[in-house]
Amino acid sequence: MAEEAVLGFLEKNEQIIDSGVFAEEQGISHDEIVNVIKSLNGFRFVEAQDIKKERWQLTDEGKTYAANGSPEFQLFMAIPPEGISIVELKKKLGDAVFAIGSRQANRNKWLEMGKSQVSRKVEHVDDNVKAMLVKIKDGETLNKEDITALKGRKLISPQIWKGYSVKKGPNYAPKRRKPATDLTRENLQKGDWKEMQFKEYNFSAKGLPVEGGCLHPLLKVRQQMQMIFLQMGFEEMPTNNFVESSFWNFDALFQPQQHPARDSHDTFFLREPSTTKTLPEDYVERVKQIHESGGHGSRGYGYDWKREEANKNLLRTHTTAVSSRMLYALAQKPFEAKKYYSVDRVFRNEAVDRTHLAEFHQIEGLICDRGLTLGDLQGVLYDFFSRLGMSKLRFKPAYNPYTEPSMEIFGYHEGFKKWVEIGNSGMFRPEMLLPMGFPEDVRVIAWGLSLERPTMILYGIDNIRDLFGHKVDLGLIKSNPICRIGLN
Amino acid sequence: MPTVSVGRDLLFEALGRTYTQDEFEELCFDFGIELDDVTTEKAIIRKEKHLKEDEDIGGDEEIIYKIDVPANRYDLLCLEGLVQSLRIFLGLDSVPNYTLADISQQSMLKMHVKPETSEIRPYVVCAVLRGITFNEARYNSFIDLQDKLHQNICRRRTLVAIGTHDLDTIEGPFTYEALPPSKIEFKPLKQVETFRADKLMEFYKSDMKLKKYLHIIEDSPVYPVIYDKNRCVLSLPPIINGAHSAISTKTKNVFIECTATDLTKAKIVLNTMVTMFSVYCERKFEVEPVEVIYSDGKSYICPELSPYDMEVSLTYINGIAGVTLEANKVAGLLNKMQLHAKQSVTKNDECIFTVSVPPTRSDVLHACDVAEDVAIAYGFNEIPKRKPSSIKPLPLNQFSDLIRMEIALSGYSEVLTWILCSYKENFAMLNRKDDKSTSVVIGNPRSADFEVARSSLMAGILKTVAHNKDHPKPIKIFEVGDVAVLDESKDVGARNQRRVAALYCGATSGFELIHGLVDRIMQVTGTPFVSPGDNTGYHIVSSDEPEFLSGRQASIIFKGKPIGTFGIVHPQVLDNFDIPDPCSFVELNLQSLL
Repeated sequence: MAEEAVLGFLEKNEQIIDSGVFAEEQGISHDEIVNVIKSLNGFRFVEAQDIKKERWQLTDEGKTYAANGSPEFQLFMAIPPEGISIVELKKKLGDAVFAIGSRQANRNKWLEMGKSQVSRKVEHVDDNVKAMLVKIKDGETLNKEDITALKGRKLISPQIWKGYSVKKGPNYAPKRRKPATDLTRENLQKGDWKEMQFKEYNFSAKGLPVEGGCLHPLLKVRQQMQMIFLQMGFEEMPTNNFVESSFWNFDALFQPQQHPARDSHDTFFLREPSTTKTLPEDYVERVKQIHESGGHGSRGYGYDWKREEANKNLLRTHTTAVSSRMLYALAQKPFEAKKYYSVDRVFRNEAVDRTHLAEFHQIEGLICDRGLTLGDLQGVLYDFFSRLGMSKLRFKPAYNPYTEPSMEIFGYHEGFKKWVEIGNSGMFRPEMLLPMGFPEDVRVIAWGLSLERPTMILYGIDNIRDLFGHKVDLGLIKSNPICRIGLN
Repeated sequence: MPTVSVGRDLLFEALGRTYTQDEFEELCFDFGIELDDVTTEKAIIRKEKHLKEDEDIGGDEEIIYKIDVPANRYDLLCLEGLVQSLRIFLGLDSVPNYTLADISQQSMLKMHVKPETSEIRPYVVCAVLRGITFNEARYNSFIDLQDKLHQNICRRRTLVAIGTHDLDTIEGPFTYEALPPSKIEFKPLKQVETFRADKLMEFYKSDMKLKKYLHIIEDSPVYPVIYDKNRCVLSLPPIINGAHSAISTKTKNVFIECTATDLTKAKIVLNTMVTMFSVYCERKFEVEPVEVIYSDGKSYICPELSPYDMEVSLTYINGIAGVTLEANKVAGLLNKMQLHAKQSVTKNDECIFTVSVPPTRSDVLHACDVAEDVAIAYGFNEIPKRKPSSIKPLPLNQFSDLIRMEIALSGYSEVLTWILCSYKENFAMLNRKDDKSTSVVIGNPRSADFEVARSSLMAGILKTVAHNKDHPKPIKIFEVGDVAVLDESKDVGARNQRRVAALYCGATSGFELIHGLVDRIMQVTGTPFVSPGDNTGYHIVSSDEPEFLSGRQASIIFKGKPIGTFGIVHPQVLDNFDIPDPCSFVELNLQSLL
């Protein structure tokens, strides 16, 4: 109604000079008119100019007097023609009214004040103060002196009145259509979409977040790793067995029983089930032999190999435990070349910190074939790591109890501009392969790395606990991009 | 991996030249060790005591190199061994020939082993270094090496414990015994009082360094102990030596005993001690043997310094390393790794090396170790690589699959529509005009359904919605697929372009949901949301395409270029496809995000 009034008036008139006057003429509250003008101005239907006026309004005290009369008038009226004692009068009026009333009435020379008695000096008085206050309340103007007097008594206070003068704006139309926020089925059915205007959309804000699920970053990387191995012709080893015997985890790998990795400081041994029940006895005998006194051209380690040590159960410290089982099984059949891989959980009895966890994922690949050389190992490593985005590699001589030669793999990180260690590799020792029953010329080349480290480098995460485990931030999982490993 | 700390200047002096840190690191890398840290004694003390930079403490400002060495190279655990190995590797020195002093069995020092020792620590091996010249650095290195060996191969003294003594303060023959603790009494190293062995064990319970070794013998009824001829206690292995025979920088003749539960390791430890420090003896690389005699009459003379001979064929070495080196070259490379090799030729013309493994190289167990040394000396990084056969997927298809998965995870179901569509569907029904520059047009269509190859995924998706009117709303579908576009630069004048499109259809348009999906696609491709003008990511600007409702559509700008549009599908288009419900739609060029 207010909007129609404003737009309608402007259709025929040049401008609305004063919104206050306009409101009065139209019989609409000024507040309502102001709101409409503001909204129309925002959409540039009209152009509004501010008007400011100073007005007077009653203070709380002024309001009381406008209703009940001024204290001096009340006081005057309370004095009977014969006069009254001050005590009595105070009782009648109350202390406050008496105090102000008597002061003002005296100033007006209305009273005869004795020591204890008050009487009227004049017969009749008018309550001019009340009359002026009522005028102010009704928006009428007073002369300067009266204003000063009322201001002095703090019965009125100034008030800034704001209004507008209004002209047509560039988007002026006699009728405004409300901009729509969305197109609905109803709009289509009614066909009113043709007249619809839309509220301007804010493209600097994002859309509604999608409500979908997300996969874990580490497992997204694992999936790509698996894809890479499959493309390179590797088949996956069954690694769904956390509990392993020391025999398959260490002894079968020609890792001596006094090796530091076999300390309780490094390995989780089990109370339940504490020992393994069966091992292939003839193979165990050959492993014992090679540890104790060598054979197959080896000097051996020259110590008393203990079956009890081999029987001790543990949580596998590497997936190579599975590799040793797989290779042993392979050696029991007529020879066939194989390429195996796995990506699964391993356990280390280590203190948890920014870069170490008691469990992590190991990626392992191995090739078992006749006549393999270090050149084959390096070739397959170049193939593998270039798919992870590392095509500059260097190899450093290293020591590992079950591989000889052993090579640490360093990759040049284009982002860090330096060489970083990215994995370990080597040829399984003859002392491991020959007791299994492989022919002399069969060699196994293998490499391993953790899944966590490349993932941390890839996503710029420097605390492993932010990536893996219960302390992970769900926001990270949701915002994590696709893993592009293996795409180039 | 054990770490050895050596003074840098001392190291360079011994190597006969100085290196920049980079040069030295390169040498380490090739040889298979690693410069782990560069520090000073001062910094180490500060770190240990958790002191700040400016606090004054004792200690030297000399630069210390901390070097990681392989766990099976005990000969690299001291400066002497590192220097020797590197100098030989660099071709500066030849392999030393370690010898036993030529003395008769009668004049040899004797160590008699009592049978009770078998209950607790059955083995002992000994040797003498005659006429040694220590100075402070050499002496410290001698002590450090014992400590390093104790921590590593000796498994914190459980397997082997080393005792070193000033031979001029004691007199052979010696006896290795095992006695009840109450029967052993002596003044231990660094103490002024005499202790009974059981009391001594109590005393050491508060000793930070020694308390961790007490458990090795504590519960045994007998403790191992070594006496000299005059019942002077040399040591109470594996805990402590006697004060009487303590060595100092002035010591000239050193008696070394290693008691053990593992004889092989005891021999390795003894060999490491004597080979490393015989370099400072009057007769360089000569060690005086000691005869160890057991109570059952068995005896042996130690140390055993004669090389271990191993036969390795040239074919085997080349086969492991993946190289085709000639015999002379291989022999030279073996020398660099301290392995002396003698060539011979078998009947079938095969070249065989008799490789002499010196007492310093206990890590060489098998021909494969020899082959590795050749590969190291040749240079791992010089070996020709053999690329295995393998396949690679097409990155575009892999990428498309990853994006498809993400969109499906966002709650959109995949549709698979036809490439072929009618001319009308490709243009007029989408409010588009054919400017003849975009569309691959078929010359002999069998029906109106197959007139052109699609220029966008939109028609196929709208047709899918139209045919699923009864499907509960909202409908959320997507497609990843190719469109065909005209391209003058191609031989045939056209090419494919991979697109992704998605649609929302419900009671309301779902414009903000489609906008959200655009954000999601950008997020999973790792593209940041940026302000206009910034070409590192994407932003959105309003657009004016005929297939979308005016004012309710936008262009996706990726790295400054438009790659797609989204918006509320124009009601006229919806009507053309006979769709009664509002839809929002996005289509973008996926290839540009690869």
